[in-house]
Amino acid sequence: MSETNRPPRISTAELVLRVLVPVLVLVLAIVAWHWAVTTYEVPRYIVPGPGEVWATLCTDWPILLPALLVTLRITVSALVLALIGGVLLAIVLVQSKWVELALFPFAVILQVTPIIAIAPLLLIYAPDTPTALLICAFLVAFFPILANMVAGLKSVDHNLIDLFELYGANRLQILLLLKLPAAMPYFMAGLRIGGGLALIAAVVAEFAAGSAGKGSGLAFRLLEAQYRLNMPRLFAALVLLTATGVAIFGLTSFIAWLVLHRWHESAVARER
Amino acid sequence: MSQAHLADRPEQAPGARDIVALSAVSKIYANGTLALKGFSLAVERGAFLSLLGPSGCGKSTALRLIAGLIAPSAGHIAWPSSSIARRGLPAGEIGFVFQEPTLMPWRSVAGNVALPLMLKGVPEAEAEARVTEILGAVGLADFAEAYPRELSGGMKMRVSIARALVTRPSLLLMDEPFAALDEITRQKLNDDVLALWRQTGVTIIFVTHSVFESAYLSSRIVVMTPRPGRVHAELTLDTSAERNADYRTSEAYRVVTQQVSWALKAAMDSGGAA
Repeated sequence: MSETNRPPRISTAELVLRVLVPVLVLVLAIVAWHWAVTTYEVPRYIVPGPGEVWATLCTDWPILLPALLVTLRITVSALVLALIGGVLLAIVLVQSKWVELALFPFAVILQVTPIIAIAPLLLIYAPDTPTALLICAFLVAFFPILANMVAGLKSVDHNLIDLFELYGANRLQILLLLKLPAAMPYFMAGLRIGGGLALIAAVVAEFAAGSAGKGSGLAFRLLEAQYRLNMPRLFAALVLLTATGVAIFGLTSFIAWLVLHRWHESAVARER
Repeated sequence: MSQAHLADRPEQAPGARDIVALSAVSKIYANGTLALKGFSLAVERGAFLSLLGPSGCGKSTALRLIAGLIAPSAGHIAWPSSSIARRGLPAGEIGFVFQEPTLMPWRSVAGNVALPLMLKGVPEAEAEARVTEILGAVGLADFAEAYPRELSGGMKMRVSIARALVTRPSLLLMDEPFAALDEITRQKLNDDVLALWRQTGVTIIFVTHSVFESAYLSSRIVVMTPRPGRVHAELTLDTSAERNADYRTSEAYRVVTQQVSWALKAAMDSGGAA
């Protein structure tokens, strides 16, 4: 009985390649962009080159950074609220099938309604624009987290529940020691989806809100640059949004890996 | 291994020879399935009792009834020696080994085995010592920090057995625990379970559909009819002979397997008509 299936270690060479290949392709794409813009002498008001975008990013940083922080604050607060709300409501829902049945229509209605269509309503009701944006982003991020968490809490091996009951565990112990850990992979999936969606919703809701001036997010700067045909800044704002999205994805994936890599198949390299 | 420690359990009260007695128990599930009908069985302390029968005959139902995981629809389950006889045995006095290892993948081997002690509120230091002891007894001393996904099927089942025994139960229920394992692993585990049974003196109720497994392990075999399950026949086996590889080829073993096979065949025929 000495056989074990420990995953094989990835060799250093492969690890380097795994990082190098995608980075190389990305660099190649940027070089191609630069080459196309300079070779065909594309005017900067149509497509600016990567160098120009970078320069704009640096010069316009005092304008773009506050906007980025506003968008980021809305995204992160919405995600945190969605995580808390989604997990708590999921726990309530799985306690009783009647609660679940009763709330089911609301869940479906809210989920199938394009949230952006509620934005005008929220803008009227909410005390200020940032709150309306926060509610929008929250609603969008909330449902994938709720849905994943409900699925996760229900995915527990019934025999394990029997085992806990055999040893006289109470409902709280079953929740904390069994159901929540078992739902972790689902929660992490919800976190990754919700994180990306919260950013998208924060931007789209700001488009709908049409907010302007100081204290506005990146979406306002995008629109402003569009009206002024300031293409370099438009691109710079876009790059900033993309980088934010990548950072959120990277961070949530890292958290998922950190929590799951010891035990869950989704976070373990396949053996070959 | 510390056999002396494992065997250290209080003597039962005289006169309470049976650990559990089911009388005329029936079970109808919510979907209308009649799993057991008029099932009566008394299990004496220290027995290695096999419940043998075809798939779906209610063997597992009987085990779950004894464990208190489900309630009987009719009939009565008595616990002659229990201080809280109406509710069965105190938590931790019954160990359960499922058909699957049923481990928590997010906990290490030691964490899985420690679970029953944790739920009982056993102090951490004592729990740790008992986990180490029982892991040694099932041959997994070196794998305490491993995670279930790193183990083979047989090793996972050992963890499951260790978890069931860590509270030093007086009754161990095993529901076709080795059905999914290969023959060689299964034979090894059969020997190990027998050794643990002799060391600890625990009463075992072992559900199986294998004639050979039941004949090899048991001190008593109860043959059940197809659904709805009833007791068709009982065989008491001589356990004085050492159970090992030689026993598998002995005349005594052949005779027992033949008797059990006949009993099972008769049970199938009678059940078909019912």
